[in-house]
Amino acid sequence: MSDTGFTFTIDGLPVQAKPGQTIMEAADDAGVYIPRLCDHEGLRHQGGCRVCTVKASGRSVAACTQPATPDLVVENESEHINSMRRDLVEMLFHEGNHLCPICEASGNCELQAMAYRLDMTQPTKFPYLEPCRALDASHPDIALDTNRCISCGRCIRASQDVDGKGIFGYVGRGIHRRVAVNGVDLAHTDAAVTDDAISADVCPVGCIIRKRVGFSKPIGSREFDDGLIGQKIESKRK
Amino acid sequence: MSEPRKARIATTSLAGCFGCHMAILDIDERLIELLKLVDIDRSPLTDIKRFTQRCDIGIIEGGCCNEENVHVLRDFRRNCDVLIALGQCAIMGGLPAMRNAIMHSDDPLRECLEEAYISGPYLRNTTHNIPNDPALPLMLDKVYSCADVVEIDYQIPGCAPSGDVIYSALSRLLAGKFHGFDRETIRFD
Repeated sequence: MSDTGFTFTIDGLPVQAKPGQTIMEAADDAGVYIPRLCDHEGLRHQGGCRVCTVKASGRSVAACTQPATPDLVVENESEHINSMRRDLVEMLFHEGNHLCPICEASGNCELQAMAYRLDMTQPTKFPYLEPCRALDASHPDIALDTNRCISCGRCIRASQDVDGKGIFGYVGRGIHRRVAVNGVDLAHTDAAVTDDAISADVCPVGCIIRKRVGFSKPIGSREFDDGLIGQKIESKRK
Repeated sequence: MSEPRKARIATTSLAGCFGCHMAILDIDERLIELLKLVDIDRSPLTDIKRFTQRCDIGIIEGGCCNEENVHVLRDFRRNCDVLIALGQCAIMGGLPAMRNAIMHSDDPLRECLEEAYISGPYLRNTTHNIPNDPALPLMLDKVYSCADVVEIDYQIPGCAPSGDVIYSALSRLLAGKFHGFDRETIRFD
């Protein structure tokens, strides 16, 4: 492959890409936002949540892992794709206990912000699974409520790749796959509140809780109270 | 020429905190405009306890935590053309649904009631009993959203939804022009 850049289109807009870039990386540079939950800047791509699904020359692919190729025709913000994304996000809401009014992440939560962006306001068509998993509050500075986990695996990758610790990992398969702690509980790991995996940015929901900071910023003045998720990327568009 | 028929609205609060009804009052002076378009039938706002006639719109606050909630909700579905779930409790159970996730218990409802009335550390309950008066409606095994019990036509999200959101949704619904919310105004908290 040559080292020179090439062009492809997203929703008709020409986008410049460098060889080796994924569709999402090129889109981010061009100021086109593709919704995503399991992908996070600074972590390797996983392609797990499938919220970033786009149609690339007619095929449904995960934009975070699919390499961009010259003359690719990508469909991103169509009603069809957004309705599939909305269903995915709604199913994530229903798999866990996402009671926004009682969650300290409300307003900073990417899952919630994605529901706002995708207009998840229709009466539901899915049942609530209402899991009853135990809270892990053993660590002096960190608590873990995995009933809110969406299994994005961002904490796993951050702990392995950035912190070099491997505190979290996946257990189980299929619908039973969960993020779990590598140990009896969090207190029996070398987790520290300063870890990248524990930082506010990495967990997109309210699963990893830093103790004693929950409501230091009041609801109403939080990250996604000012605007839709993805506006920062879209503001880069020339 | 006769005036166009006013739409009839009924409202109720099931397992909610009345915050959503307070939010209806947050419509403020625009309520006067709204009341030119609607009559309010059965509602805590009018203190009418039973439907006087069929209604166009039923507004439900709160989910179902006891048998009376289910009875009222079904009554609303029977008597209203359009049913709106107002606020997170009506939409997905909300705060009362926290009791659905009481962990490590084979009998979560009993555990919840015992903590609330007998064993809680900050209690002063001189009877040491869980209230069991026959007049009290029977509690359900868990808290259900309105959509679990009857068909819901529209949802207005929020805890509580702002007066602006309720007014804009209601006025557009009455004009037959409701096609969802502005994405910037959607809030679940």
